Amino acid sequence: MKMTGSQILIETLIEQGTDVVFGYPGGQVLNIYDELYLNSDRISHVLTAHEQGAAHAADGYARATGKVGVVIATSGPGATNLVTGIATAYLDSVPMVAITGNVPTGLLGRDSFQEVDIVGITMPVTKHNYMVKNVADLADTIREAFAIAKSGRPGPVLIDIPKDVQTAQTEYCAGEPAPEAETPDISDDVLKRAAEMINQSEKPYIYCGGGAIRSGCGEEILAIADKIDAPIGSSLMGLSAIPTASERALGMTGMHGTYTSSMAKAESDLILAFGVRFSDRATGDKSRYAEHAKIIHVDIDDAELNKNIPADLGIHGDMKKILSRLCAMVEKSEKPDWHAHIASLREYEKKNVFYGSGKLTPKTVIDMVSAEASEKTPIATDVGQHQMWTAQFYNFRTPRTFISSGGLGTMGFGMGAAIGASVATGERTVLVTGDGSFGMNLNELATAVSQRIPLVVVLMNNGVLGMVRQWQTIFFNKHYAQTTLERKTDFTALAKAFGAEGLTADTPETFAAALKTAFSTDGPVVIDCRIDQDERVLPMIPPNSTVDKMIID
Amino acid sequence: MRRFVISMLVANQFGVLTRVSGMFARRGFNIDSLTVGVTEKPGYSRMTVTMTGEDSDRDQMLKQLQKLHDVKEIKEMDPSSSVSRELILIKVAANSQNRQDIIDAVNVFRNKIIDFSPEAVCMEITGESSKLDAFIELMKPYGIIEMCRTGMVSLDRGTECLANQ
Repeated sequence: MKMTGSQILIETLIEQGTDVVFGYPGGQVLNIYDELYLNSDRISHVLTAHEQGAAHAADGYARATGKVGVVIATSGPGATNLVTGIATAYLDSVPMVAITGNVPTGLLGRDSFQEVDIVGITMPVTKHNYMVKNVADLADTIREAFAIAKSGRPGPVLIDIPKDVQTAQTEYCAGEPAPEAETPDISDDVLKRAAEMINQSEKPYIYCGGGAIRSGCGEEILAIADKIDAPIGSSLMGLSAIPTASERALGMTGMHGTYTSSMAKAESDLILAFGVRFSDRATGDKSRYAEHAKIIHVDIDDAELNKNIPADLGIHGDMKKILSRLCAMVEKSEKPDWHAHIASLREYEKKNVFYGSGKLTPKTVIDMVSAEASEKTPIATDVGQHQMWTAQFYNFRTPRTFISSGGLGTMGFGMGAAIGASVATGERTVLVTGDGSFGMNLNELATAVSQRIPLVVVLMNNGVLGMVRQWQTIFFNKHYAQTTLERKTDFTALAKAFGAEGLTADTPETFAAALKTAFSTDGPVVIDCRIDQDERVLPMIPPNSTVDKMIID
Repeated sequence: MRRFVISMLVANQFGVLTRVSGMFARRGFNIDSLTVGVTEKPGYSRMTVTMTGEDSDRDQMLKQLQKLHDVKEIKEMDPSSSVSRELILIKVAANSQNRQDIIDAVNVFRNKIIDFSPEAVCMEITGESSKLDAFIELMKPYGIIEMCRTGMVSLDRGTECLANQ
């Protein structure tokens, strides 16, 4: 059957399981939007306020579900506006397909109106990208893009489609969704070596990362932890892989990790690193990282093994398969001394780590959000202090409920991502943000209103760029260079101007009331929470340092 | 620090050279030389990259390059079981007094003179990189006007080849 490139694009997206795309129209994607118009009963489209918001929404959709998120933008500025969103997805290994229009092939390379080399620009931040110059290649290119985006370590793929390729016709044959990629075979010998190392360990520490969520192996991690009696720590990206309330869970480790988790890791004799990449924010001083521990590193990306921290044993493969086999091979054991020590760390943490002193502390805010939210509520964040407080205090119950930009640390990520997560799950979604981050992409409130997204924006408003201010306090003699905002924004009035609800809270009581209202409102609500400007994220291990330099009060 | 030779079979797509060289640049690895050309297989090019670094750098580079969709085969060439060649064109200042010395050197190194003028001699030299380096050193006193090197190409000895790994 003869079809145009635009028709083929829509057919192939549907064939690959896409039910919704995020995007923004423009000159070089008019043909694609015409097909979206004609096929609106088969594939829906979420119009954002800015292409960056659309990219983050596709990302949030993918993080919440594990499915490939799809975003469409026009050429030139439309395409460049996607770049931060694509890079965010790349650093956190999120499956995404970005479609951009471009000028007709005859005008390429001539600095035509709204022409930009988006393939060149996004090469370092995509798993792969394409420019399709022949309509006959289009369907298979899209299929290949989906396969690449979701296989192995997932990531974004961009397809640039010149306008004349969108209008050209060719024969279209229906295809199948890309099959699950095969994962590497693991020999029994390697697993035996791992089991021996585990059996010899007296102080094992399981360290799970984003790979645990991608692989969906929370249960396998808990099973092996139970069998070998090990505590479980997590990187930022690994949060929600296992329930926060599990007695084995020590919480996040790293620069702002919990005292217990970071100390236990530093004192362990064996780190079982499951789907982590040992980012500098997680390791601190690499030369003194976990000095007493051997490391078994399991990852789906072979290039992560020995990249940042050398492993005593590296295993390349799918964690779910590896852990279920490994669990059968290790000896059951109990480690009362190790757990008594961890209990004493917890005790010390409770007594000595400072959690804030203002009228409405960040910990109170997050605890109350935890209590109000259901186990399925996606919790999105922006980047900064509020993000770390969410990571430290939120009670995660279900994998894929924590939607946060880890690797790239993208302020402005949250609004788009929360919208995408809510569209994907149909759940009321919470965005925890700060007044700095919210200011970057608050235009997406318009999207949340037009799409009637049940979105609760918990805005921790302290009038400063808190995380940078915290560094200035500690490392720059309190020189608050450009971090005191001195804005006069009335966030409740702003929310109302967008057609959303706006509420204010400055005590636990008023916040409780605001949350109740927000959770029963049909549509987006912004809660302007007044937080003291000198609240700090503690503990803090200074950059490129070790646990003995940890600041706790 | 050691010198490594990496051979790759890559899809002959536009942008593949940028993808490969960009990977070296952004991961902070230095390319000493890079050659690319068509192969016996339609649709595939072969790249030969020489780089200097630690073994861990090489391992990381091989793994990162392997992840590129357009890189179909990749391996490090073992100097003991492969042959490698490089070609240079070198133009040296010459006059009636020293011209014969240069010609003698060309003969000893089994090179070829490919252009000859009253004030310069242009030569073509093929061989392993060490031979080329030695010849360049020998020519320096005469005054090298300009030169260009192709970078190394390399194949396995015997029937072993990159595609049937």
